Amino acid sequence: MKEAMQRLREASIQAILASESPDALENLRVKFLGKKGELTAILRQMGKLSAEERPIMGQLANQLRSDIEAAIDKRRGELSEALLERKLEQEALDVTLPGEKPHLGHKHPMYNVLDQIKEIFIGMGFEIVDGPEVELADYNFTKLNIEEGHPSREWTDTFYFTEDSRVLLRTQTSPMQIHAMEAKELPIRMIAPGRVYRKDEVDATHSPMFHQIEGMVIDKGVTMADLKATLNLVVEKIYGEGTVTRFRPHHFPFTEPSCEMDIQCHKCGGKGCPTCKGEGWIEVLGAGMVHPKVLAGCGIDPDVYSGWAFGMGLERLAMGEYKITDLRLIFENDVRFLEQF
Amino acid sequence: MKLSRKWLNEFVDLPLEQVDDKAFAEAMTVSGSKVEVTENLSESMQNVKVGRILSLEKHPDSDHMFIARLDVGAAQPVQIVTGAWNVHPGDLVPVALDGARLPTGATIRRGSLRGVESEGMLCSLKELELSVHDYAYGEITAAAILGDYHPIDPDKPSISPEIQPGDKIFGKVVAAELRHVECVGDQRFRCELGLGDTAAETFSVCQNLHPGDLVAYDTLADRICTLADLHAEQREFPHCIEDGIFVLQEDVRPGDDMSALLGRDDHVVEFEITPNRPDCLCMIGLAREAAVTFGKELRLHEPVIRAAAGGDIRNEARIVIEDPQLCPRYVARMVKNVRIAPSPAWMRERIRNAGMRPINNLVDITNYVMLEYGQPMHAFDFSCVKDGEIRVRCAREGESIRTLDGTQRELTPSMLCICDTEKPVGVAGVMGGENSEIVGDTAMVLFESANFDGTSIRRTATALGMRTDASSRFEKGLDPENAYRAVQRACELVELLGAGEVVEGVIDVYPGRKEATSLQLEPEKINALLGTDIDVSVMRKILLDLGFTLEGDTVYVPSWRGDVEHYSDLAEEVARFYGYNEIPIRFTGAINTCGGFTPEQQCERLVGQTCRSLGLDEIITYSFISPTYYDKIRLPADSPLRDSLRILNPLGEDTSIMRTTILPSMLEILTRNYNYRNKQAALYEIGRIYRKREDGLADEPRIVSLGAYGPDMSFFVLKGWVEALLESLDAARPRFVQERENPSYHPGRCARVYVGDCLVGVLGQIDPRVAEHYGVDTELYCAELSFEALLSVRGALPVYQPLPRFPAVSRDIAVVCGAGIPVGELSECIRQSGGPYLTDCVPFDVYTGHHIAEGMKSVAFSLTMRAEDQTLTDEHAEETLRKVLAALEEQFGAVMR
Repeated sequence: MKEAMQRLREASIQAILASESPDALENLRVKFLGKKGELTAILRQMGKLSAEERPIMGQLANQLRSDIEAAIDKRRGELSEALLERKLEQEALDVTLPGEKPHLGHKHPMYNVLDQIKEIFIGMGFEIVDGPEVELADYNFTKLNIEEGHPSREWTDTFYFTEDSRVLLRTQTSPMQIHAMEAKELPIRMIAPGRVYRKDEVDATHSPMFHQIEGMVIDKGVTMADLKATLNLVVEKIYGEGTVTRFRPHHFPFTEPSCEMDIQCHKCGGKGCPTCKGEGWIEVLGAGMVHPKVLAGCGIDPDVYSGWAFGMGLERLAMGEYKITDLRLIFENDVRFLEQF
Repeated sequence: MKLSRKWLNEFVDLPLEQVDDKAFAEAMTVSGSKVEVTENLSESMQNVKVGRILSLEKHPDSDHMFIARLDVGAAQPVQIVTGAWNVHPGDLVPVALDGARLPTGATIRRGSLRGVESEGMLCSLKELELSVHDYAYGEITAAAILGDYHPIDPDKPSISPEIQPGDKIFGKVVAAELRHVECVGDQRFRCELGLGDTAAETFSVCQNLHPGDLVAYDTLADRICTLADLHAEQREFPHCIEDGIFVLQEDVRPGDDMSALLGRDDHVVEFEITPNRPDCLCMIGLAREAAVTFGKELRLHEPVIRAAAGGDIRNEARIVIEDPQLCPRYVARMVKNVRIAPSPAWMRERIRNAGMRPINNLVDITNYVMLEYGQPMHAFDFSCVKDGEIRVRCAREGESIRTLDGTQRELTPSMLCICDTEKPVGVAGVMGGENSEIVGDTAMVLFESANFDGTSIRRTATALGMRTDASSRFEKGLDPENAYRAVQRACELVELLGAGEVVEGVIDVYPGRKEATSLQLEPEKINALLGTDIDVSVMRKILLDLGFTLEGDTVYVPSWRGDVEHYSDLAEEVARFYGYNEIPIRFTGAINTCGGFTPEQQCERLVGQTCRSLGLDEIITYSFISPTYYDKIRLPADSPLRDSLRILNPLGEDTSIMRTTILPSMLEILTRNYNYRNKQAALYEIGRIYRKREDGLADEPRIVSLGAYGPDMSFFVLKGWVEALLESLDAARPRFVQERENPSYHPGRCARVYVGDCLVGVLGQIDPRVAEHYGVDTELYCAELSFEALLSVRGALPVYQPLPRFPAVSRDIAVVCGAGIPVGELSECIRQSGGPYLTDCVPFDVYTGHHIAEGMKSVAFSLTMRAEDQTLTDEHAEETLRKVLAALEEQFGAVMR
C-alpha cells in the first residue's frame, strides 16, 4: 500500500507538472483525489491493514492528498500567471505614440512678464492701481510739471479728443502718480501698469499703443538711496542675482533728481557688443525723486514727505526676455506665436 | 551733438593718450552727458597716402585709361590704372593703396584692369567724402577732347572723324593737337598746340589735357573749348566730366597720411543731450561738463575785435522788435568789404568733424560759432535790407518767402520773421531768405545773433517742414546772454580770417532781460533727498565749477542754466558730480504698507486662469478701431454703440475711434489667424471698451472677450466655456436666454447669459454675414462678458456640504411638448416642482420626427433624487415624478410620452 501511494505520488506530481490548462488540472484533481479517484481507491484497502499500520497509512494518505492539492494549486497559479503574462504581452502599447494632451491655453508673453513684475512689487508691500486711459491733459502733463508748449503736448505726438487739447489718450502711466497722490492715504507704495498711446507709426520697434509700468513710493524720509535699493532688488529679481546696475543722470520734468538705470550687458559683460550697441550697458528704466513741485501740487507737503517714482516700458522688457525681434508680433496675436510661451 | 576730441582740447586738457574713448564716454555718461557712440575718424580712412605721379602712359587696351606710376614714400613706386584724365606727372594725389578703407565704406584691393596690374586707386574728392567746399581748388574744369566725340546721329556727325589739326569746326574754332602740356601752378596749364601748318601757345584751366590729344581751340578767345564752349551735350563727350582726381596743393610729401592731412586724426563723440540742457549743444557747454567731470580747468576765450572799418552800425541800421515775447533779444554787428573765400583748413576740419559741411568763410563762421557757443547766427546781405531796418515781427496774412534752400514758403501769422520795412528776409531761427543771401559780390553783411521763443520756433519749423540745425537748437530755449558773446566771436573770426572789416558798434535790443535766478543752498535738504551725507564744501565746489555764483548761502544760477530753478535741481547738480553711483543703496524706512492684489485683481487673475485651463490663448488688441468696423458687425445706423470717442488727430482711420464694443477686435484677430491658415484658434482677452461720458472723459469697463473657430467648435462648446468660467467664480447657476436681436450674432444661435437678474453678457455664433464681411468662410464663435458683472456674481467662499450617505435614485422620463418650448424652461420647471428629493435634472435627448406629431418634440430628462437621512423608496421616486409631470403638463402642456 505504501508502494501504491508512492507510485500515485510520483504519477500524479508528474501529470500535474505536465498539465497545460486549468481544465486539465481539474481533471487530474478528479482523477487522483476525486470520490472515484485513485487515492480513494487506495484508501479503500485500509481495511486490510492492522490497527498499528492504519493510523500510519492514514497519515501518509493525508499527507499525499495535501501534497497533490498543493501541487495542483501551485501549478494552477503558474498557469494563470502565464496566461496573464500572455494577455499583458498582447496588450502592450507603443509608448512612443503621442499622448492625448488637453489643449492648454497660454498667457500672452507680455502679461507673463507683467505678472512677474507685479508679484515682485507685491512682495515689497506695493499695491497695483489702475486708472483711466482717456485722460485730462491736466493729469497727463500739467500736474506733472510738463509746461504748455512742451513738444510732447503737440498734436503730432499725442492723440486728442477735444480741440482745446483738454482730453487726450494718456501718453504715459505717470498721471497715475497724480491720481494716487490725490486719492490715497499716505504712505503710498504702488505700481500702475497700463496702456499708453503715442502718435508713432507701426514698425518693428514702434506702436501707437504700448504698455508702461509706473511705480511710486511716497513716505516720510524716502531718499534716492531707497530708490536705488528698491530698483536694484527688482532688477535682480528680473535679470538674476548679481546683475550689475548703473544709474546715470537723466531728465524728466516730474522728477528731480532724475536718472536712468542701466544693467550691464549680459551678453558681453560690459565690453560692448551688438546687443548693447557697443555701450556695454542696456537701459531698463527711468526714475527719480518725485519733484517737490509735483508733491505740493497734489497737496502733499514736500518738507514732510518725499517720494521716488519710476517708469518702464513693458514691450521692450518682454521682447528682451523672450528675444522677440519685432514689436508687431506682440499685437498680431498669431496663435503660432502665442503658443510658444 | 557731435564733439571733436581734438577741438575739445582747446578748452580742457583731455588728450586721448590720457583719457581714452571708453573712459571718456563712461565718465561723461555717468555725470549726465550720455555718450551714444564714439567714432575714430581715422579708422574710416586708412592706408590712403599722398602720392606723386612719376609717369603717366596710355593703357594699351583702353582709349580712356592711364597707367600711372607713383612715389608713395615707399622704396618702390606703385603702379595704378586710372580712368581720370585730370592728372599729370608731378601732381600730388591721394592714393588708396591695397587694403585701404575709404569713408564711403569702400575697401580698395589690388587688382588688374584690362590685363594691367593696379595696386590701388587714385581718389577724387567725393571718394574722400569731401566737396569743392572743403577744397575749392579741387574744382575740375574739363576740355572736350575730340577723340571722345560720339555724335548723336552717327550718320550726321558735327565733327568729322577724319578731322585734322587746323581744320575748322565752326566759326573761329579749329581742331588743335596738343604737343606739350605743362602745369604752371594754380591750376593753369601752358599748352603748345599744333594747328596743321601753324602752331600756337595758350593757357588753359582744363585739367584733362595730355600731349597727343586733339582739342577744339577757339582762336578768337584764345582758349581750349569745354563742353559749354562747343554748345555740346554731355552724351556727345561722355568722358568730359567735371570729376576727377583730387590734385593736392598742400605742403605735403609722398607717403604722408591723407587722414591726418584732412583732419581725420580725430575722435568724434556723439552725445544724446536731454532737452533740459540746450547749453550742452556746443563745444563750450560740453567742455564745461567735461572739465567738472574730470576735475580739470576750463579755458574760455574772450573775443577781441579791432573793428577797423570805422563808422558805426548805429548809423547804418535800425532794429525793431515788434514781438518781444517771441524775441527777447536781438544783437547785430556789421561787416564791410566782405571777401567771400574758402575758410582755412582748420576751420573746415572742425566743421566737418562736427558733422556739418563747409561752404565759404562767412557761412562757415556762423556755423563755427554755433558749434562753439551753441548760438545759431545768420548773416544777411545788408544791401538787400530795405531802408536799413530790421523788424522782428510775425508774418502777415498772405506773405511768403523763398528760403535759402530755394523753396517758396507760405507764411502764417503765427510765424516769427525777420523783415525789412517791406518784406520778410528770413524765417526767424529757422532759415534765411534767398532775397538777402550772401553772394559773391556781397559787400556789406549784417550778423544776427538773436534769441527766440523755443516753442514758437519749433512750431514754425514743424509747420514749414524744415527742421534746421538752427531751429533744433532754438526750439529748446537758448540763453539770451549768449547772443552777445557769439556775435563778438563771429566778428573776431571775420578779422582772423580776413573775411571783411568789422564796423564799430553793436546794436543790442534786449527787451527780455531777466534777473539771475537765486536759490538758497540748503545742504541738509539736498542730503535728505539724496540719502547722502555730502559735505557742504563739496557741494559749493561742484556748483562753483559749474559756473554758479555763491554769496553766502545764496546761489545765483548762471544764465545758461535755465533748467535750474529749485533746490531739487541743485541736488541733481551735486549728485551728478558726487556720483549717482556713489549714493548709498539703502532702505531708509521700514515697509509700512501691506500691498497685495485687490479682490477685483484676484477675480481678473482667476478669469484669465480659467480661460487658459479651458485651452484659450490670451490676446492683446488695440483699443482704437475704425468706424467702419461698426458696419462690419452690422450695427444699425442708430445704434448707441456708434457714439464713440473720436480721436481728432488719428494716425489713420483704422485707429481713429475708441471701441465701444470689443467684438471687432476679437473678430479681427480670429480673421487674421484664419488667414494665416491656422486650423483652429481659441482666444480670450480682458480688454477695455470706452464709453463717452458727460464730462468728456470715458467710462472704461473691462470686457472678457472669448472667440474661437475650428473643427471642434460649436455653440455648446462655447456655452460650456461660459458655464465653466462662471463655475470657477462660484457664481450661482446661470440662465441662458435665446437672443434674436443682436445683429452681430446668428439669430438662432445666440444667448444672453444671466446670473440671477444680472446680465453677464452675450455669446453665440457670429452671423455668417458678419463673418463674410471679414472674409471668413467658417463658423466663428464669440462671447462678450462684462467683467464688472462677473465680479458682482462671484460667489462667496464655498461652505462644505456633507457627502451623501444614502444612495441616489434615478429615473428617466420623456415628455412631448410644443417644439418651440426651450428645454431650459422645462428643466427649470422640473427643478421648481420636483420637491426636496430632486437633486439633479439633466436633459439628454431631444427628438422630433417619427411617432411625434408635427410641431411637437420629445424631450428626455434624467432625474436624480436623494435624501440626506434615508434611502429613497420607489414611492418617493414616483411621488417626485408625479409632481414633475403634473407641473410640466400644467405649465407647458407637456405630456409623458
